[in-house]
Formats: sequence, C-alpha cells, structure tokens
Amino acid sequence: MMATKMLQRYQDAERMNHWFMALMFVFAGLSGLAFFHPSLFFLSHLFGGGAWARILHPFMGVLMVLSFLGLFTKLWRDNVINDADREWKKHAGRMLKGDKEGMPPVGKYNYGQKMVFWAMAVSLVLLLITGFMFWRPWFAPLFPIPVLRIAVLVHSVSAVVLIAATIMHVYAAIWVKGTVRAMTRGTVSEGWAKLNHPLWHEEMTKGR
Amino acid sequence: MGSMQSLDVVARSATTTPTPQVRTAAPQVAKLIDESKCIGCKACQVACMNWNDLRDDIGDNVGVYDNPRDLTASSWTVMKFFEVEPEQGSLEWLIRKDGCMHCEDPGCLKACPSPGAIVKYANGIVDFHSEHCIGCGYCVKGCPFDVPRISAKDNKAYKCTLCSDRVGVGLEPACVKTCPTGAIGFGTKDDMVAYGEKRAGELKERGFQKAGLYNPQGVGGTHVMYVLKHADRPELEDLPTDPSISPMVSLWKGIAKPLAVAGMIGAVVAGFFHYMKVGPVEEKSEEKEQA
Repeated sequence: MMATKMLQRYQDAERMNHWFMALMFVFAGLSGLAFFHPSLFFLSHLFGGGAWARILHPFMGVLMVLSFLGLFTKLWRDNVINDADREWKKHAGRMLKGDKEGMPPVGKYNYGQKMVFWAMAVSLVLLLITGFMFWRPWFAPLFPIPVLRIAVLVHSVSAVVLIAATIMHVYAAIWVKGTVRAMTRGTVSEGWAKLNHPLWHEEMTKGR
Repeated sequence: MGSMQSLDVVARSATTTPTPQVRTAAPQVAKLIDESKCIGCKACQVACMNWNDLRDDIGDNVGVYDNPRDLTASSWTVMKFFEVEPEQGSLEWLIRKDGCMHCEDPGCLKACPSPGAIVKYANGIVDFHSEHCIGCGYCVKGCPFDVPRISAKDNKAYKCTLCSDRVGVGLEPACVKTCPTGAIGFGTKDDMVAYGEKRAGELKERGFQKAGLYNPQGVGGTHVMYVLKHADRPELEDLPTDPSISPMVSLWKGIAKPLAVAGMIGAVVAGFFHYMKVGPVEEKSEEKEQA
C-alpha cells in the first residue's frame, strides 16, 4: 500500500500568522457586531460588557490588520488576477455544482480565492483608516462630526464585506476536502493539489 | 432616573421590541426660550450646575462673554452671545441659551448601540442613562445639534436632562425656575407653541418682521423651542436652518443594519444548504483507483 504523498503549502510562520489573524478577526468581529445590531449586543458580554468591548475592539482590530499585513507581503504576488482567472470565472457556475474536474487548470490560487484575498485587503484598509477616525477617546475629537458620520458608515459596510468574504473563505475550506490541513498541518496531499490546483502541483513536483 | 419613569418610556436605544409605555396620558412638555427677554445673566447656567451638582473646570477668558466657550460634559447649558448684523449697519446682540433640544425624533437615540442608554419619555424628554453608556460617541454623530459631550474623566456621554427628575415630580426645570426675566417658560408643548407664536407676533409688531418660533419639523419638532427675532436666519446664532438626522446616520442605523445581518446569516445558511445539496469536493482515493 502506497503512502499518500504530501506537498508543503504553507510554512509554519505563515500558519501561525494566519491563525493569530483569525483569532483577532473573531474577537474584533464579535465585539464589533455587538454595536452593529441590537440583537447582537449580547456579544459584548463576552468581553466584559459594552464599555470593555468598546475599549478592546480597536486594539484587536489593529492587531488583525497588522497580522494581515504579514500575510499580504508574502502572498500578494500569488493573488494577482490574470487572464487564466478571467477564463476560470466563466466556469464558476459549474464548479458550484460540484464539477471541479471541469474547471480550467489553476495555480496556487483560483479566481475565487484571489477575490476573497483582495476583498479582505481592501476592507481591512478601510476598516483601519475609518476605525482610527472615530477611535475614542484619542482620535475622534480630531475630526468634524459630518466626516465621522461617513467614517462609521464606511466602517460598517467594510466590516460586512470582510465578514461575507470570510464566510466564503471558511465555507470553501470546509467544502473542498483536504484543504483545512494546509493551515493546520502545512501540507496537502498530491491528489488534492492535482484536483484543485493542477498548475501549482506541476510547479511543486517539477524535476522530480 | 430610570426606575421612576420606567413606565413612560416611549423609545429606548438599541431596542427592537416595544418599550413599557402604559402611561399614555402623560402630557407632552416643552421648554420655551424667548431670546427677546433674555438679558444674558447666566442664572440658568448656575441653576443647572446647582440642581445637577455639576462643577465644570474654571476655563479661560477668551474675550467674549461666553463662559465656558461651549457645552461640556459638566456644562449642560451655556449662554452664547452673538454680535450680528442682520442688515447692513444694524448691529444686534443676540443671546441664545444653548443645550439639548429634546427632539421628538432624537438622532442620538437612533445612533446609540447600547440598549437603554438613551430613552425618550412619554412627556417628550430625551434622557441619557449614563450608567449604561459605553463611551462610543455614536450619540455625538447622531445629534443634528452637536449637543452630547463625552467626559474625559469617565468616558460617558452627558447633556441636559430637561430636569427629568424634577419634571417627573411636577416641578419645572431648574433653569426655568431661576430665570429672573421669564425668558424661559415651561409647560405643555401645545401651550408653549401657542405662547411662542403669540410672542413672535408681538415681536413682529415691534419691528422684528421675521420673528418666529424655532420648532424644527425635520426632527419632528423639539421639546426645547426658541422664540427667535430672526427666525428666517437661525444660522445667525449657530442654529441649523433645517436640522434633520443625517442621511448617513439614517442609512447606517436604518436599512443597512437588518439587511446586513440578514445577509450574513443568509450566507451561512446558503453555504449549509449548498454543502447538503452538492456535497464536498473530494479527491478520488488512490486506494480506490488501484482497487
């Protein structure tokens, strides 16, 4: 019986970086949602009450953005959209029906993954800038009230975009079997790579 | 003063179910500030400090009578002095007692994310229950009049309560009681509107052609109203001409909230059903291929 061959997809540093960011996303997300809708205010109790959630939220948000920056510098080149992605996009409907073999071959990331990456990058930048603007008690007094009104609206919309992108990200990881171990173990099976990222598989096994 | 008036709460921040409002017979109240009778003595500021046990820091003299210069977390009402020329060569000294307007449709309450930190009573008073305040400053963004102030000491928002504690037991607000010229009136909203219009009519007879009542309808009317000598130009005294809750705040706290929550929950539910219908994407097991 043959042992399954494994390919290294993420370094340990990348994985730890990812999980620290994920943790900060959960903390910043839950504390932020507490202020977003009354039905979610109970989430503030996870942080010691409304005032504590308000105090902690921006710190966790800044840590999330900083840790994203760590991943961004390593991964942005792999996420540049190219012509092959535009071709892949046309077939996205078939993939959703479960026909993964019928998709045009992709490299390390497919078009959907790249879009999630850029949606996260843009929404995090907007969250960071607008969040600083109404961070009490330090920065909010520096800005006029009409500007702050725009800032909170942009902050909320960006947060919803980030959460939506993350839901897709997590779902895709659960849906495509063998994906989660890329982040929990750092490795994926060759079969997984052949099926989901054939060009990356080729690149990784070249010259063997 | 939450417990005393807990049965007359007609609106409560960050609350989506009806509030306890069984006491429907409570009369709507209003304060009427007649600027034509105001002499700028600041007794109202002192009465407010006295009744509410507030002692603001001693500020700086900035060369005008305004002291403090603006509302603060410990100065809930401030006399503002304006030297204006409504017409060329006609210098006028206008004095306006600034403070919370107690909007019928309060933007602060709409913006507040903390359940019950801001309430509106059946009598129309908008009150901050500052022990529930989380210090986020959303009320500042919601207010069309730039009234709420957040204390640097405790990070809680404060503003005029319209002496809800006094009104609740049948007394007039402290500033009303102390005003030596009768420039500040207090009564039912209907009476104050009628009296304010009568006063505006008298001012018109005395030559203030544009005198009128400031009771802006963009926020549903207010429970603090002014008789202005130049009601056509409230901006002369730093009052917004046609105040309303900013469309940014309405969007953010209106349709965006339920839509976004539904969208996020919807995305998770859609993912669940997609998985159940389509099933996972799996590589074909090599063992099976060999078999």
